[in-house]
Amino acid sequence: MALFPEYSGPKELALRVLLISGGVFILTSLVLLVAGTPPWPAFYHLFVGALGSWNKLAQVLMVWIPLTLCACGLLYSFRIGLWNIGVEGQVVAGAIACTAVLRFGVESGSPALMLMVAFASGILGGGVWAVLAGLLKTKGGVNEIFGGLGLNFVAQGITLWLIFGPWKRPGVGSMSGTELFQESLWLPTVLSGRLSPVGLVLTVLTLVAAAWVLNRTRLGLSLKGIGSNARAAYLHGLNPNTYFILAMGMAGGCAGLAGAFQVAGVYHRLIPVISSNYGYLALLVVMLANYRVWGSPWIAFFFACLNVGSIQLPIVLKLDSSLSGIIQGALVLTTLLVYGLRK
Amino acid sequence: MTDLDLTILLASIVAGAAPIVLAVLGETISEKGGVINLSLDGSILLSAMVAFAIAYQSESLFLGFAGGGLVGALMAATVGYFSVYVGLSQVAVGFVLTLTARDLAYFLGNPYARLYGPQAGLVPIPWLQDIPVLGPIFFDQSVPAYLSLFLIPVVWWYLYKTPMGLRLRAIGENPEAAYARGTNTRAIQFWYTVAGGLLVGLAGAAFSLCTKTGWGRPQGAEGTGWIALAIVIFGGWHPVKTALGAYLFAFLQIMGIHFQGWWPSVPAQVFQVAPFPLMIFTLILMNLAQKGSARSSSRASPWLRGLMRILSGSAPVGLGRSFRPE
Repeated sequence: MALFPEYSGPKELALRVLLISGGVFILTSLVLLVAGTPPWPAFYHLFVGALGSWNKLAQVLMVWIPLTLCACGLLYSFRIGLWNIGVEGQVVAGAIACTAVLRFGVESGSPALMLMVAFASGILGGGVWAVLAGLLKTKGGVNEIFGGLGLNFVAQGITLWLIFGPWKRPGVGSMSGTELFQESLWLPTVLSGRLSPVGLVLTVLTLVAAAWVLNRTRLGLSLKGIGSNARAAYLHGLNPNTYFILAMGMAGGCAGLAGAFQVAGVYHRLIPVISSNYGYLALLVVMLANYRVWGSPWIAFFFACLNVGSIQLPIVLKLDSSLSGIIQGALVLTTLLVYGLRK
Repeated sequence: MTDLDLTILLASIVAGAAPIVLAVLGETISEKGGVINLSLDGSILLSAMVAFAIAYQSESLFLGFAGGGLVGALMAATVGYFSVYVGLSQVAVGFVLTLTARDLAYFLGNPYARLYGPQAGLVPIPWLQDIPVLGPIFFDQSVPAYLSLFLIPVVWWYLYKTPMGLRLRAIGENPEAAYARGTNTRAIQFWYTVAGGLLVGLAGAAFSLCTKTGWGRPQGAEGTGWIALAIVIFGGWHPVKTALGAYLFAFLQIMGIHFQGWWPSVPAQVFQVAPFPLMIFTLILMNLAQKGSARSSSRASPWLRGLMRILSGSAPVGLGRSFRPE
């Protein structure tokens, strides 16, 4: 289900890159001019805000981790031809499952073991939430887009209920989330708490696993076969429904891992916006990577730079931080258009 | 929660559902022609923002609604152009657009947040508003609400009783056959998608100028577009049934507020997501209704049979597919 046609010569590629970057630059500048801001300072602050110092780079990597994990998951579900919009809810479900374990682990003597159990629980939580969407599709005939979206909103509702209800802070519940875990249950970090090596290693491992499964194994081939022609695959002896559930489970597991990382590595508590929209953003990442494994981490890195770079825009330039989303969207749209017109 | 006056409840359903009815009718029109406009959620927000900004600057409600409608039409034109003419995946384009339009609305709407602007108030219709029960429900409403009520039969009549409607449905069912009959499938798909988008844009304007007045982050209309997309399926791509779905959703939203009064310990946000699981549940029921086994087992009870008949409905066969006449 490749979105773009295959590689077509270095000259053509250079032209396309030029057209796309030019298009994005013009579109974004137009938006900035409409908002009454000169474009250059905005671009400058975006860049400096993302890569201006080692600390900023560490911050970018902390966004890159969950974004890439979600993208890894989506690679599985896209390969079989499913639009897993429910990835957002799967991140949330993973975060809830991870928080549940860590809340009970306060008294435990071995924080390392607790964290491992919490991550496993996060993967399981995300996987279960995704399998639910998969079952809705295979058993209930509910399109995965609407089943997934519905489950996203349900997961969001459960999070809010937990934060204001059973898991509320002593006293009164608030939008700032549940109580912080004790520090022994935080994922270990370097650079005075700015970067989590465990998260980086887990992400790289997940990427390598995705590349291996999708490109080198029989399972990967089956997913691709069903994705390109479910009927032919069925006649070949593959049961599409089984593989739909399997692919969703793997996708949800990766998303759940991202959710667990958000809880244990970034916020150290459950907050209402725990997924930070990384699931939806990862859909754009994988589309832009043309559904390929090795394109995804680089695009995820670029998107993470935009997200981190835009954080200081409201303070420095009195602009809304959603500028990053506009650039990301314009990038995908222009790419779609350029590849669509020049095939 | 003391007592629930039925007339007031029904009147507030008609008022609250107005934008959703406009959006589902718009989406029904474009999906009848075979194009899914997945950008609904972002379109509604962006047009709500633009409508509010224009109305605020010009102090003209009419210009506000016109601006909102134009934005919705432009968004739909983008989906239509990319999918019908360039042949890209409708879902992919629509999804990217919905995210981008949302961010664009927040970004450009920043200076207009939390301002007090013009609002479309109630315009009671003389004589008719004095009819007991019906008067307050149908004839003491705002202009967008009248428009939504008026458009339900119009869209139904257009789609099912006119040659133009027949031609549109033919393209949605089988673009190849329609093309072979000499219809310009691309132009028709494109322009009906734009027309549907116009209604979606008016829905956005109805939010920021009438139902949930003002602009902010969040505005309050977030998620409605997705709900509208689900309602179109729920209504089996039939304008009257989708409109009823919109009223059902508005009813659930209003009841959510009352439920909160009954159980104050449960946070408000939980009731706001209640319609979503219900939507999934009805989608499952719809699927069951189309299965032969469920149909035969429901034969015993007239109640079930009626329910099955209401829930049955099928997607236009050519929905979501890009047809390239070669």
